Amino acid sequence: MPNKKVEIDAPDWCKGCGICIYRCPVDVLELKEGKIAITKPDNCIGCEMCELICPDFVLKVVEK
Amino acid sequence: MANPDINKYYRRNKLPHIWCPGCGHGIITGAIVRAIDQAGLDQDKTVVISGIGCSGRAPGYLKFDTLHTTHGRALAFATGVKMANPELNLIVITGDGDGAAIGGNHLIHACRRNINITTVMYNNSIYGMTSGQFSPTTPTGSLATTAPYGNIDTQFDVSNLAMAAGATYVGRSTSYHVRELIDLITNGIKHQGFSFIEAVTHCHTQFGRKNDLGGPMEMMEWQKENYIPVKAWAKLSAAEKEVKKTRGLLKEEEREEYTDKYLALIKQVQAGEEKNG
Ligand SMILES: Cc1ncc(C[n+]2csc(CCOP(=O)(O)OP(=O)(O)O)c2C)c(N)n1
Ligand code: SF4
Ligand code: SF4
Ligand code: SF4
Repeated sequence: MPNKKVEIDAPDWCKGCGICIYRCPVDVLELKEGKIAITKPDNCIGCEMCELICPDFVLKVVEK
Repeated sequence: MANPDINKYYRRNKLPHIWCPGCGHGIITGAIVRAIDQAGLDQDKTVVISGIGCSGRAPGYLKFDTLHTTHGRALAFATGVKMANPELNLIVITGDGDGAAIGGNHLIHACRRNINITTVMYNNSIYGMTSGQFSPTTPTGSLATTAPYGNIDTQFDVSNLAMAAGATYVGRSTSYHVRELIDLITNGIKHQGFSFIEAVTHCHTQFGRKNDLGGPMEMMEWQKENYIPVKAWAKLSAAEKEVKKTRGLLKEEEREEYTDKYLALIKQVQAGEEKNG
């Protein structure tokens, strides 16, 4: 089991670009009304790609 | 890699930033913050300096001593800060217009002097802020507001320029290859001497739209296909080498650093004066 998971740290800053979804290797994230949402948290492998690639510093991958 | 404390490096009250949705400038700025953290710099002894452009806005969001200077002159200001305070860590943020066009002169001389400054050029191949004029890194044939029939200039390879001018650490990566970018900036910061990191990125709003390249995702896919690790690039055919570019560490060498030389000279002159009364 991965020991990290994604969290939405600053939801208001999300501009709905979808880059995190494009780079996530599994199916975790979705846009809901133009803002990012974690719809399948159990799929998250804690790889940190979404945190590193989000141009708006919205996401954080934290210890479980 | 992720530090739960990473938020301490942002001026959170200034965010969200002004950049377009999906702009690569945010990815590079995040990479710089992580590199500063990985390199273990003291936040109170680190100065981030920029010129003008979309890229120039980055230091305004970063919680360090920062200077937002005039167009092209970030390296001139940074040289002054470093000469007066050699103990400070200097990071310069520039654009391809800011650093290779109006500021190209400052860039080559900072390289030549080998002054201990880490420069990250946000290279989006266009003047983003002023709505899409061609820059020295715009590919030949591409469209721009100032090249409505295609750019006739020869494109500058700014990493080659920095290497030829004497930078002692040069690396190139892209907004797609963010992990590699973070490592290159980290090692550039640790390097004693002038470090130049070319961060290739996408401006879908100006360059992408004018040249029909799609949005951020399509432009990042293009980077993925066209920027090749140095060793793999060397094995490409001559025709492929014309199109594809290298990424990774391009140069690393040791040479005496400029402020060290300057301080040594001061010591030497003062010792001579004492001796001669
Ligand atoms: C002396 C001077 N000349 C021209 C300008 C107008 N100007 C502002 S930003 C810019 C170009 C910025 O392009 P680049 O450095 O590539 O940054 P980007 O916006 O693409 O990040 C220009 C020409 C200026 N501000 N000052
Ligand atoms: S940490 Fe990795 S797996 Fe989890 S949401 Fe982010 S990109 Fe997807
Ligand atoms: S990358 Fe960031 S700004 Fe873009 S949709 Fe994902 S969370 Fe929102
Ligand atoms: S104009 Fe281009 S460089 Fe400027 S914020 Fe928009 S996408 Fe980014």
